[in-house]
Amino acid sequence: MAETLLDIRGLKTWFKTDDGMIRAVDGVSLHLDRGETLGIVGESGCGKTVTARSVLKLIDMPPGRFEAGQILWQGRDLIPLSSEEMDKIRAREIAIIFQEPMTSLNPVYTVGNQIAEVLSQHQNLSKKQAMQGAVDMLRLVNIPNPQKRVHDYPHQFSGGMRQRVMIAMALSCKPKLLIADEPTTALDVTIQAQILELMQEMKDKLGMSIMLITHAMGVVAETCQRVVVMYAGKVVEEAPVGALFGNPRHPYTQGLIRSIPRVDRAAAHRDRLEAIPGTVPSLLQPPVGCRFAARCKYAMDICVREMPPLKEVGPGHRVACVL
Amino acid sequence: MTDTLLSVRNLKKHFAVSGGLFKRVVDHVHAVDGVSFDIGKGETLGLVGESGCGKSTTGRCILRLIEPSAGEVWFEGSDVTRMNHDALRSLRRDMQIIFQDPYASLNPRLTVGAIIGEALQIHNLSPTRKAMEERVVELLETVGLQPDHLFRFPHEFSGGQRQRIGIARALAVEPKLVVCDEPVSALDVSIQAQVINLLEDLQEKFGLTYLFIAHDLSVVEHISDRVAVMYLGRVVEIAPSRALYETPLHPYTEALLSAVPIPDPTVKRKRIMLQGDVPNPIRPPSGCHFHTRCPIARPDCSERDPQLLEKRPGHWVACHYRG
Amino acid sequence: MAGSTPVSLTADPDTGAAVVIRPTKQVRFSPMREAWRRFRKHRLAMMSSVILGFILVAVLLGPLVWRVPINEIDFAAKLEGPSWAHPLGTDDLGQDVLARLLYGGRISLAVGLAAMLVACSVGVLIGAIAGMSRGYVENALMWLADLFLSLPPLPLLLLIIYLFRESLKGFFGPEGGIFIMVVAVIGGLRWMQVARLVRAQILSIREKEFIEAARALGASPVRQVVRHILPNAMGPVIVAGTIDVAAAIIAESTLSFLGLGFPPDIPTWGRVLFDAKDTIDIAPHWAIFAGAAIFLTVLTINFIGDGLRDALDPRRVL
Repeated sequence: MAETLLDIRGLKTWFKTDDGMIRAVDGVSLHLDRGETLGIVGESGCGKTVTARSVLKLIDMPPGRFEAGQILWQGRDLIPLSSEEMDKIRAREIAIIFQEPMTSLNPVYTVGNQIAEVLSQHQNLSKKQAMQGAVDMLRLVNIPNPQKRVHDYPHQFSGGMRQRVMIAMALSCKPKLLIADEPTTALDVTIQAQILELMQEMKDKLGMSIMLITHAMGVVAETCQRVVVMYAGKVVEEAPVGALFGNPRHPYTQGLIRSIPRVDRAAAHRDRLEAIPGTVPSLLQPPVGCRFAARCKYAMDICVREMPPLKEVGPGHRVACVL
Repeated sequence: MTDTLLSVRNLKKHFAVSGGLFKRVVDHVHAVDGVSFDIGKGETLGLVGESGCGKSTTGRCILRLIEPSAGEVWFEGSDVTRMNHDALRSLRRDMQIIFQDPYASLNPRLTVGAIIGEALQIHNLSPTRKAMEERVVELLETVGLQPDHLFRFPHEFSGGQRQRIGIARALAVEPKLVVCDEPVSALDVSIQAQVINLLEDLQEKFGLTYLFIAHDLSVVEHISDRVAVMYLGRVVEIAPSRALYETPLHPYTEALLSAVPIPDPTVKRKRIMLQGDVPNPIRPPSGCHFHTRCPIARPDCSERDPQLLEKRPGHWVACHYRG
Repeated sequence: MAGSTPVSLTADPDTGAAVVIRPTKQVRFSPMREAWRRFRKHRLAMMSSVILGFILVAVLLGPLVWRVPINEIDFAAKLEGPSWAHPLGTDDLGQDVLARLLYGGRISLAVGLAAMLVACSVGVLIGAIAGMSRGYVENALMWLADLFLSLPPLPLLLLIIYLFRESLKGFFGPEGGIFIMVVAVIGGLRWMQVARLVRAQILSIREKEFIEAARALGASPVRQVVRHILPNAMGPVIVAGTIDVAAAIIAESTLSFLGLGFPPDIPTWGRVLFDAKDTIDIAPHWAIFAGAAIFLTVLTINFIGDGLRDALDPRRVL
């Protein structure tokens, strides 16, 4: 039986704005087990990034707040923890990498300096040891010539290299969980392939788990064992990857999969893509019932009135839909 | 065989790089380094490649939004690169462009009606104000928006809707050729499908010819009749869509295709990993630009430039050892 | 995104081919409206607007209501504190301070406004040309701006006054001549900041895709600038403009305080302060009221400038 590392229960992260309360994450429950790659997939505004950042409490708390829910890391709720206690968890137990490697690295410090800083913050190391640790990390992520490159500045690296540096920084304290927030979206497809393979290699070498946030279904299919689909701040489907793609139960998931053009299909390429009509609802005043009802071709009266709960339709496969 | 609408011959664009103490021109970025292709009337040619390959610059040079450094662009019997100011102005009615960023391509201070109407104003296409309003409403409906949207401002619309406004603007002058510069890259997946379908419908309805520039191979394959692959300023392969994806000849195309994530976990493929990063376009590799990362590179690949040759009917490749 | 309305593809209105549905013009959320809404939230700016509005009304209509003459000399009533007959007291010649301040306020504010207009017009023109051109034109203009910036304003002012005072007086009369000179000098020494702002804005906006789109449609460079670039560049310029008004009022006050501005009988606020400075120990009310008038006006203008800066913040609008 897999050991559950992260257990998010009923998380609600809301943001106070001039126009009202934005319910970015509105009752999300999901879990991640040791050694697995969990994909959280959805389009812009679905709340996947806010969920990821909530785990490490990287949300600006004046506009944002935890309205409800728990984030259990190895049984311990992270929400009530102070920032000193969170600092012990960040990087050491849970690390995060972001989408834009260009802005995530400080341009005025060398790469080695930044990695060494992470190392010395969490371990008692001399300057020399920390630098050596930085070199080792660069080698681990397959950056050629690490002894020389450790003294280079971020702008001297290409986009793909910078993402490797980010990964090196994130993994320097050998965390148990790596949260990757759209790590390859800004990269070319050949570089994306390299980075995804690197992440897999790191996962195997360090026995890590990965929470991968993305909007690309292709990436999810190739790298994740389990998938959570989010829409408008809520989880609509959760399943092992094979079941999700082979037998998607939620109309949104179905629409999403069918609207993607595929390179490998021999279908006549002039067929129309099956598009989901309409746009994402506002998170300021989300609809009362199922949030996808306005765009769903199977929508019925009950869908508009009530929010369907997540129900189990197969082993490990849950769907929030009345169908 | 359809008539050729656009014929690009040996197009080059070099950006000067100044530096040194006296700000002299020290080097050139070889953004576009000898590109040739034809587009037939009513056809969609996909132009695909990774960042820095020069595809966007090529698109802009064709419209002379950027002045080419060398080469010819033949449109309906005239060389665009040699046109004078007046001829260029009337060319603007025949060739239009749709941009990538729906948030930056619309003037935030103008109403939608003014944005689309400007095209009509500049070319005196509507004699009266009433006629202009009617024409703008007609265009809005053609792209799937409401007449009321005439008086709204861009910030009130979603990304997909803004992209539709951009399309309406391009259509206002009744162009023959439309350069689509990554028109769906900035959109969510489900909205991408809507816009792709719209573009296909418009092509059929108005007999448009598209140059579809993108980095997403799946999208390009779906919408294009033929596809040209670019690498570091040069075209390495041109073929009919299906042929390119089923039997790619150039090693770069093979690697590119193998790196595209497929949204189906049951499909297992051999991935061709390219080592290293894209070389610097200021000092591109000698001979074949791809030889530094090519899995089948041989000594003379760094000495002789490969020519784009028709190795199979309709299938052109620039490689010494393939085809 | 707030305010976006879902468009359903399936709910396409049936327009048919014959009838075009006339669009209804409702109140729309233009960027101007949004900016006004944000300005309203800035309490200090709103209060300042009210106070400044009051000052403006007082200065424009006051002399029509408060008909005490500004130069009625009455030695018997000299240097008196505030009373019913003279709400702000009297000066050393027995003249009513309130009447003098109201009248002089017109001039001080007019100078401030006119100087700002001169600075902004010249600044926008030069900044726009510099921003749109490349190569040596741009460099030459910016070099010119740098040159002007290194000129010391006050000594220059004094020099010009010394050189041109008489000839301008002859042409436009004593008041007119000084007015033009003061406005020209103050405005002429403040255009550089505006020009730089405009140029910087243009440089950043010029690269935006909607400008490229306008070019692709065939828009001439003039059209690009006037219709597309300038309206988007004006935000910081408006803010700088309000600061300019404040600065110009202070500059004029300084000039008058040094005895170099308007003729002595014109009671601009600076002049009143100049007159009041010698008797500050025995008749403080005189200097205080004059100084307060300047202070209050400049303060409210600066707060309004703050409010405008927040309201017109380009990051919010785009």
